[in-house]
Formats: sequence, structure tokens, C-alpha cells
Amino acid sequence: MIGLGHYLVVGAILFALGVLGIIANRKNLIVMLMAVELILLAVNLNFVAFSGYLHDLVGQVFAMFVLTVAAGEAAIGLAILVIYFRSRGTISVDDANRMQG
Amino acid sequence: MIQALAFYLFAAIVIVSAALTITSRNPVHAVLWLILAFFNAAGLMVIVGAEFIAMLLVIVYVGAVAVLFLFVVMMLNIDFAELRAGFARYAAIGAVFAVGLAAEIMLAFGAWSAGTIELARRAAPTPTTISNIQALGMVLYTRYLFVFEGAGLVLLVAMIGAIVLTHRERKGARAQNVSRQNARRPQDATRNMQPTVGKGIDL
Repeated sequence: MIGLGHYLVVGAILFALGVLGIIANRKNLIVMLMAVELILLAVNLNFVAFSGYLHDLVGQVFAMFVLTVAAGEAAIGLAILVIYFRSRGTISVDDANRMQG
Repeated sequence: MIQALAFYLFAAIVIVSAALTITSRNPVHAVLWLILAFFNAAGLMVIVGAEFIAMLLVIVYVGAVAVLFLFVVMMLNIDFAELRAGFARYAAIGAVFAVGLAAEIMLAFGAWSAGTIELARRAAPTPTTISNIQALGMVLYTRYLFVFEGAGLVLLVAMIGAIVLTHRERKGARAQNVSRQNARRPQDATRNMQPTVGKGIDL
């Protein structure tokens, strides 16, 4: 039978894959944003799994709020990416050192 | 039995497509793998009994976020081959971090167990008589009303921020000047001429 532990293992693997995506694609800002989305998906999966197995609705409510923040983060992140690409002509994160002074 | 089968199917696809998202060469393929991962995560949520969140995941992530990613990937003319330089080196470091992190999280789950005290202190027990979406609405619009409105505010700020960040005034664009249009009178714009026959007029 499928228990809470199964879901939590899937969530943990998904979270680790998201972290790996951020570190491995150090230059590609778009894939980094996608990896952040994967991390938030893992968080949502854990919220919903706990909600289902503890019979508590609050987990699903907070999964909705995480979804909201994820959508806002994607919109703002891609907007920053677009203006960064307009001014620099590249999206390499290694070049983003203008504010080092 | 069929539940376990569906769980393992969805879980396998979600993990494989997440791995392909972060490793695929073409970012358009990465977005498509991301969409597959979202669909299968929604399937996992349906199995656990959260239908509304699952459908919301499909609508918000696949319908809005993934399409936004796709638009940006296709709009910007980016040389993705050069961005992959150093992938293998970083991936080795990242794999160490990721494996360590996953092991830590699973260790924490192993140490944690759903005891009777936690079950007795539930904030909003799931009702068995009404549907998932109805029960969610009853909690969301009463106890979490202000948090819900705060979420709406977050979306508003994100929307305005995205517009303000990406909007630009272009120099050569011929925009409509409404006040100048309204101030223009017929006597300024037209002239009454009386040309002689066969001569025409000089403008």
C-alpha cells in the first residue's frame, strides 16, 4: 500500500533534482528558473501528501499559496531576464557582476 | 493495487522528466519536460485526494507558467550552446550536494512519525461528507480569508512589476496623440479654393 513515506521520497528526490539543476546550469538563467519551479513543485507535493495522510485541509490551502508565489516569481523572474537580455545580449549569470562596485 | 500501480507510474515519470528538464540541451525541450513533470505531479495529487489542487496545478503551471517560459525562450535569441560550458564540472559538485540533501530529508522523514498527538491537533479536519473543492472553499474563505487576499495582492504586485520592468518607450513609434487630435478644427485643416477652369491648384 502507498504510504506517506512514498510521497515524501518522491518529493525529496524532486527537491534534490531542483537543487542539482540550479548548481549544474550555473550559466543558463532560464533553466535555473525552471529548477526553482521544480523545487516549489516538490514543496507542494509534500504539502498535499501531508494534507492527505493526516486528513487536514490546511496543507492544501497552503499549497495554493505556494502556487501563487510560484506564479508571481516566474513572472517577475522572466521579466528581469528579458530586460537583462535586452541590455547585455546574453543571459549568462557569470556576467552579472555589475553591482560588485 | 491499481492505486499503487498508478502511484509508481506517476512517480517514475515525474522524476525522469524532472531529470530531463535540468539536463536537456534545448531549452524548448526542457520546458516540455517540465510540463510533463507538472502533469504527473497533478496525477500524484489526485491519488492522495486533492483534486482541486491538482487541477489548479495543471491550469496555473501548464497553462500559464510553462507557456510564459516557452514565450521567453522563443522570443529571445540566445546561443544556448555556449551557456552549457562547464556543465559537467558543475554537475559533479551539484550531484554531491543533491544526494546529500535528499539523504538528509529522507533521514528526517524516517525519524518523524505521524503520532496520535499530531492527529489530534489537526487545524481543519477533512470532512468526509462534502467534496474536496467545497471543503477547501469553506476553509479558504473563512479562516484564511486575509491570507487569501494577501495572495491576491502578491499576484497584483507581480503583474504590475512585470509590466513596469519590461515596458519601454520606443523612439520611432508613431503613437496616437489624442489631445492634438481633438484640438484639430475643420477651419485649420481645410482651405476653400476656387481654381479657374483647366488650371488646377498649387498646394
